[in-house]
Amino acid sequence: MSSVTSVRTIMTGNQAVAEAVRLARTEVIAAYPITPQTVIVEKLAEMVDSGLLDAEFIRVESEHSALAAVYGSAVAGKRSFTATSSHGLLYMYEMVWWVANARVPLVMTVVTRTIGPPWNIHTDHTDLLTMRDSGWIIAMAENVQEAFDLTIQGFRISEEVSLPYTAGMDAFQLSHTSEVVDIPPQQLIDEFLPERKQSYVFGDEAFTVGCIGPNEYTAKLRKDTFETLKSAEKVVDKVSKEYREITGRDCGLYEEYRLDDAEYAVVMMGAWSGDAKDAIDILRKDNLPVGLLKLRYVRPMPYRSIQKLLDGKQVLVLDRDCSMGAGGVLGMEIRNCVEATNVIAGIGGVDVGVDDFIKIFRMFSEGKLEVEKNGVYWY
Amino acid sequence: MLREVIIFSFGGQGGVTAARILALAAVKDGMYAQAIPQFGAERRGSLVRSYLRLSDAPIRRHSSIREADVVSVFAEKILNIVNVGDVLKKDGFVIINSEKGGDYCINASEIALNLNLVSAGWPIVNTAMAGAMAKVLGIQEKSVTEAIRETFSEKLAESNARAAEIAYREVHECQ
Repeated sequence: MSSVTSVRTIMTGNQAVAEAVRLARTEVIAAYPITPQTVIVEKLAEMVDSGLLDAEFIRVESEHSALAAVYGSAVAGKRSFTATSSHGLLYMYEMVWWVANARVPLVMTVVTRTIGPPWNIHTDHTDLLTMRDSGWIIAMAENVQEAFDLTIQGFRISEEVSLPYTAGMDAFQLSHTSEVVDIPPQQLIDEFLPERKQSYVFGDEAFTVGCIGPNEYTAKLRKDTFETLKSAEKVVDKVSKEYREITGRDCGLYEEYRLDDAEYAVVMMGAWSGDAKDAIDILRKDNLPVGLLKLRYVRPMPYRSIQKLLDGKQVLVLDRDCSMGAGGVLGMEIRNCVEATNVIAGIGGVDVGVDDFIKIFRMFSEGKLEVEKNGVYWY
Repeated sequence: MLREVIIFSFGGQGGVTAARILALAAVKDGMYAQAIPQFGAERRGSLVRSYLRLSDAPIRRHSSIREADVVSVFAEKILNIVNVGDVLKKDGFVIINSEKGGDYCINASEIALNLNLVSAGWPIVNTAMAGAMAKVLGIQEKSVTEAIRETFSEKLAESNARAAEIAYREVHECQ
């Protein structure tokens, strides 16, 4: 534990992410505004303008260019950041895959926002999960503190495995909500996050990044990325433990909440997990043995640990997203490990609170969420 | 213990800022706090709802508040369009910018006008309301004025802190 102490204050999720990007000594930022992410890059632009952050802020005309710009700066060895939401993410989708396939380390915040139409600025997780198969490391915050912590760790993890990193946070519920956050001092962040290293050296000779190659070469690279992302589990584990040592806060692949002795296990991610925890405490007083496995990462997904943790329990997966024609994305993921009931709720930012979770968990324990095998229950 | 507050204001009155000031003040008192603006409808003059949670333990929930312990009403006219009873717990109470219509009353408009806290012809009542709410919610006066000084630029900080001080002292049970 360092002798320098953290500062406790209140911040919105957007402010906290901007602060994390500043403390990470990010060198290049490019972004295009979209609600509810805009405040992050506005704050960063102010920091660059006032000299608080020594970085290049590149103004661009679209999200596609935003990610293309930081792709370039990251290839050149600079610590780089961007942020977006929903339609902005979809507009940059080509570059999402490009930076992952090119194995470029950078960090992007996705403030999760419903994809229209109808036009909707509120949270669900479908936008973030469109990145699932691309090769990014994908995290999701439960609260403002986690949004800050994951952003800091994102740079470390991304640079260590040479893959891009995204941390999602829910629109408004985190992005615009002010809550208590402990901000570590610069010195502590500097000790945790060394200067950006480049995995290759620029010599005198020019070389091309992302050039054409034999098909076999492409296939080999994909397999390599696949294996790196799988084994990133160990890196997330190691980095989060180091972070816990300096801050006292756990930020590993998942969080167990009253799970050990639970007969009913709920799996979910994001800001509404806090409401679920409050519901679990209330139901426990009523002797309903329910617990939570909160996912902090979707990629890498620690299938083996999840299987072990959920073994012998009745499993309910709550999705705030939908894979059309199939079910919840997390539901499908968890069904890779164990049998599970899948509920989709909160789509389009529909408010789901403590009372709803009490109702859903009770229905689950009473067998009232029955659907056909591998089906999904829409709450 | 968790206490949940709903603030009703008209866009431009500063309801969202008031929630944020009170959250910061509560943190200065060693409590946990959360301020949530309800987004989608903020326009000058339209009804705005903001949420404030205070607790002695970390606040985990992020959903909106459906039934509040305390409802704060920034203008008497709001009572014509909102049935406060629908969102108030049975033993909850109402703080209002008026001489009647709630459990605790404060003439925040008059305090704001006297201090020249006016924007486009409207009294900006948020800091006076924050002062009155702080008193009723048991937040220290010093904490709320400090939070206000950290929120506003130097020019505006003093008159706004003064508004909170006056309201903190003058808030009273409604007639």
